[in-house]
Amino acid sequence: MASYILRRLVLSIPVLFGILFATFALARIIPGDPCRAMLGEKATKVVCDEFNHRHGLDKPIIVQFGVYVNEIAHGDFGNSFRYSKPITALLMERLPITFELSLAALLFSVIVGIPLGVIAAVRHNSWADVLTMLWANIGVSMPVFWLGLMLAYVFALTLKGTIFQLPPSGRLSAGVITIPFFEVWGLQLTAGSFSYRLADFISRMNIFNSILSADWEVLKDATIHLILPAFALSTIPMALIARMTRSSMLEVLGQDYIRTARAKGLARRAVILKHAFRNALLPLATVVGLSLGGLLGGAVLTETVFNLSGVGRILYDGITARDYGIVQGFTVVIAIFFVVLNLLVDISYAYLDPRIRLD
Amino acid sequence: MTAQTTPIQKLDSEALSLDSVSLWQITRRRLFRRKSSVVGMVILAILIFIALTAQWLAPYSPTLSMLDAKPPENIGKRSAPCIYLLGCSQDQPQHIMGTDGNIRDEFSRMLYGARLSLMIGLSTVSFAIFVGTVLGALGGYFGGWIDNVIMRVMDVLLAFPSLLLAIAIVTVLGPGLINALLAIGIVSIPAYARVVRGSVLSVREMDYVSATRALGGNTYEILFKRILPNALTPLIVQGTLGIATAILDAAALSFLGLGAQPPTPEWGSMLGAERNQVFTAPHLVFYPGLAIMLTVLAFNLLGDGLRDALDPRLAHVS
Repeated sequence: MASYILRRLVLSIPVLFGILFATFALARIIPGDPCRAMLGEKATKVVCDEFNHRHGLDKPIIVQFGVYVNEIAHGDFGNSFRYSKPITALLMERLPITFELSLAALLFSVIVGIPLGVIAAVRHNSWADVLTMLWANIGVSMPVFWLGLMLAYVFALTLKGTIFQLPPSGRLSAGVITIPFFEVWGLQLTAGSFSYRLADFISRMNIFNSILSADWEVLKDATIHLILPAFALSTIPMALIARMTRSSMLEVLGQDYIRTARAKGLARRAVILKHAFRNALLPLATVVGLSLGGLLGGAVLTETVFNLSGVGRILYDGITARDYGIVQGFTVVIAIFFVVLNLLVDISYAYLDPRIRLD
Repeated sequence: MTAQTTPIQKLDSEALSLDSVSLWQITRRRLFRRKSSVVGMVILAILIFIALTAQWLAPYSPTLSMLDAKPPENIGKRSAPCIYLLGCSQDQPQHIMGTDGNIRDEFSRMLYGARLSLMIGLSTVSFAIFVGTVLGALGGYFGGWIDNVIMRVMDVLLAFPSLLLAIAIVTVLGPGLINALLAIGIVSIPAYARVVRGSVLSVREMDYVSATRALGGNTYEILFKRILPNALTPLIVQGTLGIATAILDAAALSFLGLGAQPPTPEWGSMLGAERNQVFTAPHLVFYPGLAIMLTVLAFNLLGDGLRDALDPRLAHVS
């Protein structure tokens, strides 16, 4: 197992370098002179030379790449000129919001998708199967942004005044304020320390924060704001998970050991859940892991539609303001996150299925 | 022996009869037997028909403001659909899907959008298939460092969530439909490169390839006549499903303002332009989104159908 993990780790190094090189190159392809782009068209040559020297732009490209890698290794992604802030600080502020949304969406898609897939497989070719597959096909074909807008229309306008009314945008109602849980607890944390950063990160996720600080009003408000975006974001992974569960269950259900289990008189429930489902779970690990990457992409659209100030929204703002620093920094972080995630999925897969690591 | 055939005899006769039936005939037969792929093909046929005949079907030009129409119409911005048969007064201008924020006929724009959507799907996937096939074939056939370099680059491309990489590329190249298509094309290359490489690897050392080599066949002949035809069926399946993803991603880029620019009648950008009006003019959001969904659904259903129909393991089942 250890040698497998080591091998996968070594294999992901070139990919990580490739990601860094790709994003570095992307920023260099941008047409125009970075100095004049930052300081305006009227910047003189002297000013520009000074600017290029200060930012290391007069050094050979390979040295610039080295500096870039070194900076990223130290968690420095440069500054955003739109927000006049280090990109790392922006990320730490916004990431929790996207994280909370993606987590809710993933939870939703797993809780609904897996049972749907199991039912469809167990009742193969029944109406439940047909309906589930129809839903799964529509789910992967639906533009997330369209579904989001339509949900907002139905739940905020058509159902206004009923108990099903849900807010169309934002994370909290106007006037609702949250207090970070560590302040409620009276913890004295030094700003900048690791524990402070961690606590700050968690406290920015409204649902976690309100649970930790036992603020049930905020919890309710945050939850009703999260339902629509999380549902909109969950459609694609939900459909993929339902399809994968179904096909994987169908394959397992046709195996000899399932027939043996049935033949020896085991209860249907036990056969399905203990013998079939456990083995069908294997390929699901991959789908769930890879869905997270898709969720991050979908988050850009969902956050734009629902006006949530997460990573996706800031990326959108960065695009419209031509703030390349933001686009570059966020792309690197998300890609690295994605690589680590794939690594974890592969490792968990090898852990669950010994045949893989012996390859 | 009675007239009744045993299952084994039946299987034999079917297998023998296959000799006179080509792969495409079997595929077509299986495809039409499956309800979902028939639904996909029907939607697709309608879309292709609309795309080809948009200029005759559309009552107005897709970029014409009703203020400039002849005669000019007295109709407001974002007016709701008005159809006489559905109870709308006859003396009002008739617009099946209402008008948009620039008082253009939404229905005409929707029809022209079909043309653009299909073009987007086909062009990006053709580009990706072409580049992917060349890269995958080179890597798979020559192996060694060429293969290593190509596949590591593909790994890097796959390391990014596809929509995010497309966003990053378009941000650098500048917004616009062509750049968006290029970005989506680049992002989808690895899928095809992997498919082709896999097929090449699986047949590279087979006897019939060695035989061609022994008979003096050159690299071109071996690669294009002996090896690559094996990659055709997986490429068709991957390509059909790829068109669906490409259309969805292109619509998302246009929605974000990175793809097609106004006044181009592209569904994603039409939806994006009016998204803040969803509460006052929901029809301007509803129709483009529905059209995107149906188009993507059609390609997904057809792709799934093709995958099953072209699966040789099921050859004797149907």
